[in-house]
Amino acid sequence: MKELVILSGKGGTGKTSMAGACIALAHRDTGKVVLADADVDAADLFLLTQPVPIEEEDFTSGVEAHINPERCTGCGRCFSVCRFDAIRILDNGKAQVTETGCEGCAVCAHVCPVHAIDLVDRHCGVTWTSDTRFGRMFHAKLDPAGENSGKLVTLVRQRAKEYARSSGAEWLIVDGPPGIGCPVIASITDADALLTIAEPGLSSKHDLVRLLELARHFGIPTMLIVNKWDIDPDITVNIENEARQMGAIPVGRIPWSKALVEAQLSGRTLPEYLPAGDIQSTITEIWEKICQTMHA
Amino acid sequence: MKIAISARSASLESNFDTRFGRAPLFVIYDTDSKEVSSCNNTQNLQAAQGAGIQTAQNVANAGAQAVVSGHCGPKAFTVLTAAGVTVYQAKAATVQDVIRQFENGELVAMNSADVEGHWV
Amino acid sequence: MKLAIASGKGGTGKTTLAVALATLLPGCRLLDADVEEPNARLFVNGDEIDQREVTMPIPVVDPAACRACGACVRFCKFNALALAGGKILVFEELCHGCGGCSLVCPTRAIHEKPLPIGALSTILNDTWSLVEGRLNVGRMAAPLVIRRLLAQANKTGETIIDCPPGTSCNMVTAVRDADYTILVTEATAFGLQDLSLAVNTMRKLKKRFGVIINRADLGDDRVRRYCADESVKIHLEIPFSREIAQAIANGKTMLDGAPEFEAQLRSVLAQTGMGGIA
Repeated sequence: MKELVILSGKGGTGKTSMAGACIALAHRDTGKVVLADADVDAADLFLLTQPVPIEEEDFTSGVEAHINPERCTGCGRCFSVCRFDAIRILDNGKAQVTETGCEGCAVCAHVCPVHAIDLVDRHCGVTWTSDTRFGRMFHAKLDPAGENSGKLVTLVRQRAKEYARSSGAEWLIVDGPPGIGCPVIASITDADALLTIAEPGLSSKHDLVRLLELARHFGIPTMLIVNKWDIDPDITVNIENEARQMGAIPVGRIPWSKALVEAQLSGRTLPEYLPAGDIQSTITEIWEKICQTMHA
Repeated sequence: MKIAISARSASLESNFDTRFGRAPLFVIYDTDSKEVSSCNNTQNLQAAQGAGIQTAQNVANAGAQAVVSGHCGPKAFTVLTAAGVTVYQAKAATVQDVIRQFENGELVAMNSADVEGHWV
Repeated sequence: MKLAIASGKGGTGKTTLAVALATLLPGCRLLDADVEEPNARLFVNGDEIDQREVTMPIPVVDPAACRACGACVRFCKFNALALAGGKILVFEELCHGCGGCSLVCPTRAIHEKPLPIGALSTILNDTWSLVEGRLNVGRMAAPLVIRRLLAQANKTGETIIDCPPGTSCNMVTAVRDADYTILVTEATAFGLQDLSLAVNTMRKLKKRFGVIINRADLGDDRVRRYCADESVKIHLEIPFSREIAQAIANGKTMLDGAPEFEAQLRSVLAQTGMGGIA
């Protein structure tokens, strides 16, 4: 069983579209694929896979502080110790925890002289196990303004991995989050390989380099696709060279095409949507290169 | 001495659990008295981070002088080493197999963590 | 006034727009709050005149004063401390810098040292300036860097905040001080999905906001219909432009690639109240 995680650093480069393509082709090849959407903040993979939920579960992580207004005497001690700007003083002098920002450290509860602060489990989101036409899918949704520490990503991946192993899947394909922070770290640790998607531009290159640093730190083999490459062929070459220097392997380039948007609008993965032709062959060749590289 | 073995359930026939920080429990085997007991680790399964650290303290507090698992991350390794617990790595099907390998001197002590720290 | 540029989905054109708007507001300060992947500086032709480290206080235990009672270990909600072999071990990478351990220590054996987690850099352009927040690769404390950055908002002029994508803690921290937020989206299925998440977040935070649809002709009507149904104002629709895409790819601004959009961008500023125009 091989786990492939698809990332980009910069958002909007075509990560989810490529994840969908890999899922469709892996399924076509082996029939034994498990899917995971680790981008729990802005989960979009479901728009291509139309999951039918089998299980749904609430997700709680850590605690957050609640100040009981009846007991609060307005002494302000909690306000002065909170290092996360998560307590405000109201017009009536009493303290209140802000809707977001509380990290659940419990220092305020510790210093409150009248024990007016409780720590309650923090509901962060919902997780699902679902069926799709490609295989089982594990995904989740963070609550609006939710805490995105990576724990929810970890849970989604862990479940997906256990199921992939126990069901004899050949592939676990994970649509990853943007950036380089906790959710990304949580989606790459222990993965077999990463597939990074870049677009030809200074922003994407800059962000890709930071992502590759992270990948190198964790020692995970990494491949690269440049999407919309014909917007700037020179920068494309530049990005591929930079990636090679950092130990990543370019596996292909996709030209700018309206078809990628159209496939998405129609709720289908690229291999399902594209008619036979150049782009379809390009995507298929890229997938073959990915398989070759991962089996090497 | 007591050795702690990461396991799925509390018996010698239990499957050996290769994860350290997320193992549901540890079977504690006393090599002198041959007594078998167990140490629950489920509170650490839900930890957002630092599960390995907590588990390592758990194991040290249970009086183990050696621990056997499939892998051990860097933070857990640091704690175990500081607590004077020797870490062994094993590949085995059951807890009983691990004990046999240990008593036959087949297990090698680890000098450092063998996997990166992670959140899974 | 502080204007935040955010989105649910990444890659919709936040930085593109934020930079273009900054060029139209003399004296404006642009804060790049996408601290995991800050890109605004790629579009600024100026010198870095200041860089300061952002640090987080982490505990240091004085072994002479420590009695190994474990109170700090029990208090820490993040498992960043351990008691092993009679000593306290500190795991920096898990620490959130809350200061709780040093508060609970009965022998005052814990003091704090600053751990570098990122940096703020100030770059001057001809008519505007950029303060960039950057999180060190591998560090987890993005909201802390963002909060330090927000303290650099312009006291005497306008501030534009280029926010991180998404709708969770990073974005929420970045928009918290904004007087108004523009959510940039694209006219696609993913764009709509993520926009709806961003709208829910803005409503939960009770913040004022409106929408700009970028690459509005690449997609369909769904975002427009959603905004109409939800009574969300659309300030502007920008069609896909290869000229803009190429300009951006090469570190030039949107208006360098397509100067004809200046009037429309000025209109957006007026609509949102930036630049002192009510």
